[in-house]
Amino acid sequence: MSDWDPSKPILEIENLSISFFTRLREIPAVMDFSCSVMAGEAMGLVGESGCGKSTVALAVMRDLGKNGRITGGRILFKGRDLTTMDDEELRQIRGSEIAMIYQEPMASLNPAMKIGAQLAEVPMIHQGMSKADAWALARQIVADVRLPDPDRIINAYPHQLSGGQQQRIVIAMALMSKPALLILDEPTTALDVTVEAGIVDLVKALGEKYGTSMLFISHNLGLIMDVCDRLCVMYSGEAVETGNVHQVFDEMRHPYTQALFRSIPLPGADKNARPLISIPGNFPLPHERPKGCNFGPRCDYFTEGRCNAAEVEMREIPGGDRHASRCVKWEEIDWTAPPAARIAKEKTPVGKVVLKMEDLKKYYSVSGGAFGGGAKKVVKANETLSFEAREGETLAIVGESGCGKSTFAKVLMGLETATSGSILLFDENVQSTPIQQRNTDTVSSVQMVFQNPFDTLNPSMSVGRQIIRALEIFRFGASDQERQDRMLELLDLVKLPRAFADRMPRQLSGGQKQRVGIARAFAGGAKVVVADEPVSALDVSVQAAVTDLLMDIQRENRTTLLFISHDLSIVRYLSDRVMVMYLGHVVEMGTTDQVFSPPYHPYTEALLSAVPIADTHVTRKRIVLEGDIPSAMNPPPGCPFQTRCRWKSQVPGGLCEREMPPVQMLEGGHQIKCHLSSEVLATMEPVIKIAAE
Amino acid sequence: MSLFVLRRLGLMLLMALVLTFAVFCLTNLQPNLEKLARSEGSVRMTDESIANWIVQNGHGGSMVTRYGQWLGVVPGWTYTDDKGVTRGRCISAEVPAEAAPRYCGILQGNWGFSTFAKSPVTTVLARSLGHTGWLMLAVMLVMVPTSLLLGVLSGMREGSRTDRVLSAFAIATTATPEYVSGVIFVALFGSATAGLSPLLNQWGWIEGKTLFLGTATSAMDDITFWNFSLPVMTIALYGIGYIARMTRASMTEVMTQQYIRTARLKGVSFRNVVMKHALRNALIAPFTVIMLQFPWLLNGVVIVETLFNYKGFGWTLVQAAGNNDINMLLACSVVAVFVVLVTQLISDIGYVFLNPRIRLS
Amino acid sequence: MEELSWGSIFLRVIGQFWPVWIALVALFLVSFRFKRRLGLYGKLFDSPVGMMGFALVMFWVFTALFADMIITHDPLAQLSGLKNAVPGSPLKQPVEGAYPWYLFGGDHLARDVFSRMVMGARRVLQIAPAATLFAFMVGISLGLPAGYFGGKLDTVLSFIANLVLAFPVILLFYLLVTPEIVQTGIPIWFAAVLFLFPILFLTVLFNSRFFTNPRQRNLYVGATLVIGLWAYSGLAFNLDPTGVWSMDPNLLNVFVSVVFVNSPGVFRIVRGMVMDIKARDYVAAGQTRGEGPWYIMLWEILPNARGPLIVDFCLRIGYTTILLGTLGFFGLGVSPESPDWGSTIDDGRRLLNIFPHPALVPALALMSLVLGLNLLADGLREESLRD
Repeated sequence: MSDWDPSKPILEIENLSISFFTRLREIPAVMDFSCSVMAGEAMGLVGESGCGKSTVALAVMRDLGKNGRITGGRILFKGRDLTTMDDEELRQIRGSEIAMIYQEPMASLNPAMKIGAQLAEVPMIHQGMSKADAWALARQIVADVRLPDPDRIINAYPHQLSGGQQQRIVIAMALMSKPALLILDEPTTALDVTVEAGIVDLVKALGEKYGTSMLFISHNLGLIMDVCDRLCVMYSGEAVETGNVHQVFDEMRHPYTQALFRSIPLPGADKNARPLISIPGNFPLPHERPKGCNFGPRCDYFTEGRCNAAEVEMREIPGGDRHASRCVKWEEIDWTAPPAARIAKEKTPVGKVVLKMEDLKKYYSVSGGAFGGGAKKVVKANETLSFEAREGETLAIVGESGCGKSTFAKVLMGLETATSGSILLFDENVQSTPIQQRNTDTVSSVQMVFQNPFDTLNPSMSVGRQIIRALEIFRFGASDQERQDRMLELLDLVKLPRAFADRMPRQLSGGQKQRVGIARAFAGGAKVVVADEPVSALDVSVQAAVTDLLMDIQRENRTTLLFISHDLSIVRYLSDRVMVMYLGHVVEMGTTDQVFSPPYHPYTEALLSAVPIADTHVTRKRIVLEGDIPSAMNPPPGCPFQTRCRWKSQVPGGLCEREMPPVQMLEGGHQIKCHLSSEVLATMEPVIKIAAE
Repeated sequence: MSLFVLRRLGLMLLMALVLTFAVFCLTNLQPNLEKLARSEGSVRMTDESIANWIVQNGHGGSMVTRYGQWLGVVPGWTYTDDKGVTRGRCISAEVPAEAAPRYCGILQGNWGFSTFAKSPVTTVLARSLGHTGWLMLAVMLVMVPTSLLLGVLSGMREGSRTDRVLSAFAIATTATPEYVSGVIFVALFGSATAGLSPLLNQWGWIEGKTLFLGTATSAMDDITFWNFSLPVMTIALYGIGYIARMTRASMTEVMTQQYIRTARLKGVSFRNVVMKHALRNALIAPFTVIMLQFPWLLNGVVIVETLFNYKGFGWTLVQAAGNNDINMLLACSVVAVFVVLVTQLISDIGYVFLNPRIRLS
Repeated sequence: MEELSWGSIFLRVIGQFWPVWIALVALFLVSFRFKRRLGLYGKLFDSPVGMMGFALVMFWVFTALFADMIITHDPLAQLSGLKNAVPGSPLKQPVEGAYPWYLFGGDHLARDVFSRMVMGARRVLQIAPAATLFAFMVGISLGLPAGYFGGKLDTVLSFIANLVLAFPVILLFYLLVTPEIVQTGIPIWFAAVLFLFPILFLTVLFNSRFFTNPRQRNLYVGATLVIGLWAYSGLAFNLDPTGVWSMDPNLLNVFVSVVFVNSPGVFRIVRGMVMDIKARDYVAAGQTRGEGPWYIMLWEILPNARGPLIVDFCLRIGYTTILLGTLGFFGLGVSPESPDWGSTIDDGRRLLNIFPHPALVPALALMSLVLGLNLLADGLREESLRD
């Protein structure tokens, strides 16, 4: 290790190929992948699910499992080839020189071991440190990752910590022996955005403090921009473009990178004037990759006979900072030309009020204590919710976990009945009518699109059968033939081939399943559709297509769309009005412009700041909230947000801790639930500034 | 925690009451009583005298009252015949009618008299439970360590050769009920005409006719390796396969968990990954399984004691059932139900105790 | 006629099973040919363990089917001079047309051990799968609502299930499978309740699915009720006028007891799976379009729980076989003449030390069948997890 020259890359991957072997065939997961990470550098690996980015990380750790094998290339770590090391050598490097942080913090901690023991283990193995010293070091590192009360935490078990705290512990564990390289595999995907912001800040600060190099894997371009110096874009097992963040973001030289940026909702995109452009087609399956350029079949610049002639090499782009692209035509493409396919659409006029909620409350009573004893507790999932939604309007409901947005959806759908308040649906009060007692018309006119595409369809029923069942239950049509025809029309509506009617859900991709889910929801001509995070589980390029589909159907049917999401970028893109929720309360409500520009509710402000934006022209004010979201079982007294609010000091007399703030009506129907005086609110600055292009 | 234990205790008591009542009903069916009358009275009794006998011996009245008497919460029956002799539940040769207590059910320690063994139930039961206790102890000592070891060894590297061999063994043993393995063992090791013993005898390696004894009758007085091995192995074998499979399943599941990968990628050696990280999590599930094995072990005990003629609890149960010995059968049932419920309780509490995720929430 | 050597006994036994070999080879050839189109069943042929288990199970199934062609003697006939005869003994007074040997020897009543073993397979495979199927019907019909609705219903049903599970099986058998019980008529009432479940299950199944189309619904539900109640009257009360459906009272008692013992286990599995699956979005989708609870349970949840249920079904047939054997071993319920394996083991064990073969043969047969079922379950589990 001493013969390694610090000016050389700390990690150098050369022409790496990895395959998984199943009973039937060899499935290549990564082909001809090269990249290098210099000391102290943060390298981002970005791509959609299945592109092989996590496989690369596991290959560096040499942990590909039983079926995975490195079939070619080298991985040099400080000049030593990891691919030829034996188990003992690997063991010495793992955890001490290279450490890894994973997506699911809860799953990556041993549930039966104390935090301290899990941390102390690392230096005890690698430096032969005594137990007492190791625990002392553990305590110090726990403090380093900014966790409160480290003495309590090192003696706790993982399940006693919140998700954000657990991820900090995982980070602490990775830092115990000050590794030279840190691999982070989607470290914040399982966390809420405001918690994610804190973790990202921590990772950046620690990287600088310890001089650690990083390999940061994410599907989120915004996050990559926040954390990394350089990035490598992957598509279907290959690196397609690599370079420093600014060059790739502003002067991309690969059609996939360009298409990716055009399909994500950046500030400035608008569903009517500047709609997103989705990437046509589907991600190729590993054993069905096309000849030549893998992206060819979906590429706007595809030339028959050239792009699919032979495998495409990675080529250096002259004048760039180690910038390279795997495109045969990059010199010919006019990268500044505006996209051809962008068609501006008309804005839908908003009609009469369809849905009106007044003072809706939903409380649950749960028994306290794990063993069934103890006093009953009341969880206030929704607290005095009032709003109305009009025909053809998109109302976004924004909030993080535990804010009550899903409960709200259940109450509206009739799966639960409200504790008090009224829900007027087409002037009919359905507040206390459970779904079994609603008539077929009411049921078919309020439908829902679900979050998880892998869960939304019954795996043992064909696609057509599931849609026909919805038609049957909505009493549509007089004969089986009529329903069959209508089902095929619905498949047309969601732009799926009619042949899909006979497929089983497992034969469909995530985006396709979500389309079937949408078709099913619109089977009975739904007037109000609740979309519960319909695209959050999909890849970015598919997200745009599904969102657009929803918008198109809405335009045609003048549907009222209640769009539940935690993703402010997409909310800004498609909604007319926004409702921000926190711990069961609506803290802010107004038109999209009102909510996205000051004055903000302090929570909205933090939320806006936390969402990473993949645009180099945008500057964001960094506001990192302290701590985690309190449990809905045990909300803080007074204002629900007071435990994390940075404006609390501006309210005199500790009012925030004692009293629930009133709803302030600002101009234009903009509502904010806050104690801050209008003078203070007026001083707020915009969180996001877009530099002139 | 203590509240939890209390609730479980309450539930257990309720279950015990319901179960013993069910057993009481099933053993005191009218045909059973008629059969009892014939065997206690005379075989040639008329239907009328059978009915009289039943009433005069305290088996009349409603099922609930009789259950109450047996339990000891309802005063025991008394009957004074034409000759002025008073008999009753609480009256016996030693206890005259005048001095007899009002209540004498099992709560007062009166388990009744065994019509088959012609002695108090408690005496017979105590002796047979003692025999079975030794058998169970030996079974547990063989079964638990072996099965856990097998399970962990095959589960820690799923799909390896060790795993395949051990899994095949485990599956084979779970397919072999005690009455099959017992027969095979006896044929193989305990028969003078078949299996290994004739060969060994011929070669002069053993002095007796058989390697192991095909019956365990002598073990009631003096347990030796030669007379106790076959019964113990017979019971243990089925359990070994079952628990080993559970342990293996639990172990393989734990070995694919993220935190095992975390540990591996921390540089922990495979040995320590298994010992420090996997084992504790993997043994939670088998613990419950071992405890819940008791009802099945009881099965094994009954079969093996019958097969090997070992006069323990199982043998007593079979004799009681075969000879319509109502009090004995009831007592055996109470013991069986009690054992099962207690092990369930231990299993529940142990599960909570072993699992910090539940214990500390 | 002299005694057969071990080698020729072996060859003759193999030869005697010829219909089974033909059927097995045919089945495997066809299955192999179309294995990619046969779903989970086809995938079984990718797993050596599963294939081995399947072959063992099918061996016994075919043996049961062709038992009449395989046996060498009447399983109840007692031939003089062959009491406890060793395997391969020739008949003392050879009769024209009769098979000249007792391949696996004779038992203590001078009956042919081989033929009894073959006929025993028929007995066992008649009862065990049917009893398991009924147990599944009961367990599913009760487990679905318990898991889906939860609450008081779940508490009560789970309590009852735990009660039954807390009974040591052997004790339960000693209490339930007695001649006295048959006299009281309790088994008939048990049967009346337990046999109702399949009819209820199918009726609800069809009604929840086809209530939007009354004609189809009436057809399916009507057929279920007619056939179901006909069979029900015969099996439970022995009142079938045509006499197609009937059951011997002793057999009914055994059958009912085995169903009763097995149902709580199925109940627990189903309940657990329902609690897991009911949180899925497609269940919520069913609820939001106003489906009734039984449609959701039977058509949205149950089909997606089929993998583990099929595996458990295989294991449970094995377990039921063991239970039936136990009953036979203690001489409970079944008629003393019966060639079922448990009873034959019981008969043979008395002279086990001297003549092990009458007990050993059925013991090994039972073991191989259960082993096959266990291996089959293992293979199915492995293959269903593989996607």
